[in-house]
Amino acid sequence: MRRVVVTGLGMVSPLACGTEETWSRLLAGESGAGTIQRFDASHLATSYACEVPLGDGSNGTFNPDDWMSPKERRKVDDFILFGMAAADQAVRDAGWTPEDEEDRLRTGVLIGSGIGGLSSIADTAVLLKEKGPRRVSPFFIPGSLINLISGQVSIRYGFKGPNHAVVTACSTGAHAIGDAARLIQWGDADVMVAGGAEAAICEIGIAGFNACKALSTKRGDDPEHASRPYDADRDGFVMGEGAGVVVLEDYEHAKARGAKIYAEILGYGLSGDAYHITAPAEDGDGGYRAMVAALKRAGIAPDAVDYINAHGTSTMADTIELGAVERLLGDKAGMATMSSTKSSIGHLLGAAGAVEAIFSILAIRDQVAPPTINLDTPAVTPKLNLAANAKHEREVNVVLSNSFGFGGTNASLVMGKVSD
Amino acid sequence: MSDIADRVKKIVVEHLSVEEDKVTENASFIDDLGADSLDTVELVMAFEEEFGIEIPDDAAETIQTFGDAVKFITEAS
Repeated sequence: MRRVVVTGLGMVSPLACGTEETWSRLLAGESGAGTIQRFDASHLATSYACEVPLGDGSNGTFNPDDWMSPKERRKVDDFILFGMAAADQAVRDAGWTPEDEEDRLRTGVLIGSGIGGLSSIADTAVLLKEKGPRRVSPFFIPGSLINLISGQVSIRYGFKGPNHAVVTACSTGAHAIGDAARLIQWGDADVMVAGGAEAAICEIGIAGFNACKALSTKRGDDPEHASRPYDADRDGFVMGEGAGVVVLEDYEHAKARGAKIYAEILGYGLSGDAYHITAPAEDGDGGYRAMVAALKRAGIAPDAVDYINAHGTSTMADTIELGAVERLLGDKAGMATMSSTKSSIGHLLGAAGAVEAIFSILAIRDQVAPPTINLDTPAVTPKLNLAANAKHEREVNVVLSNSFGFGGTNASLVMGKVSD
Repeated sequence: MSDIADRVKKIVVEHLSVEEDKVTENASFIDDLGADSLDTVELVMAFEEEFGIEIPDDAAETIQTFGDAVKFITEAS
């Protein structure tokens, strides 16, 4: 099997537009949460979220004009705009915008989303009702379909290899990276642009997750402290938005062109809960099996894991995952550090797994575990170090990144330093 | 230039992101102004909305240039 490495990173997050900007703010313990600015959410049970900071592009703000022309942008939902921005950053970071036809044939795209063009669908449904079918835009469907990030990216850069998309709710980003790595391992492509994007902070999105009783509702006056994984006073997740995209590459291909290599994708595990549509099994068995499968594929013992980027959404499920990780690591649980970066950026749904994989890769690069902020009173006494309220500088050679989604769909990625 | 022509030009400039001076009498939406087939569908929809008229599909196919659009709308209004 061919080895797969990461050679490019791109990100749009509630903390900032850009990987390094986001990472430095994450390590500083900043929160991306606030009262929803984009629409009046005062009538909803939850009036706060982690929105991407819009602006002129300076100081980490996201300027849509930097990533798609006004003409093109008008035709797509924001989840595609975020995905395009992250993909553009990633391919430039990797130095991979080939002009050669053979290189383009060997480069594919696999970027997913959990929900896709939710606000476009809602707006168009209202338009249809009010003005009739002749007012429905010809760009409504191609601007809302989940696989259209992959389509748009391939068109922009001429990538003619596998063109695919994952839809597995909050596991989307991790599944996309894992599946894309396998396409390279099997020789379907030499380079894959992979990740996830989401833009579901809209009236119907908040109302829908409120109806599921999934969102935090009680900190309208103090949104920055609402996302508090593992804390006894947590009351649901805070919705985030944005995108994470990586460039994956066959190790020999990356070496031959002298690419900068961040990390290696060592293992990838998948499982299903077969339990409930929105809740994980009480014993965390699904997540446990995904982690075991990923480590087995990597050929790495559980006690070699230094850092775990948890799914940890700030819901009751946090302690279920914590229990599963402690079971996995056994006596060595005290040696590892686990944190939930959702405490800072909220839950990016289909983008979460990709953004968190990038944080895990940067943890290896900088030898530091990012903090779990707002963790004042742990709901249970953890055996693991949860990097409560401060980054934890430590040796990080092997990382595990977990993602679990509605429907009981689980994915774990194992990544590590590259060695010859 | 007539009021109708001004309003049509404004729509074309907005939807196709082109300079106003490129939108001339004989400018073809597809060949000269960078539209694709979906753009032309959306343009026709915008004309219908702006002028409160209905442009049947077979008529829409004959609207290839800025001049065609102004002529059709002037006659239909």
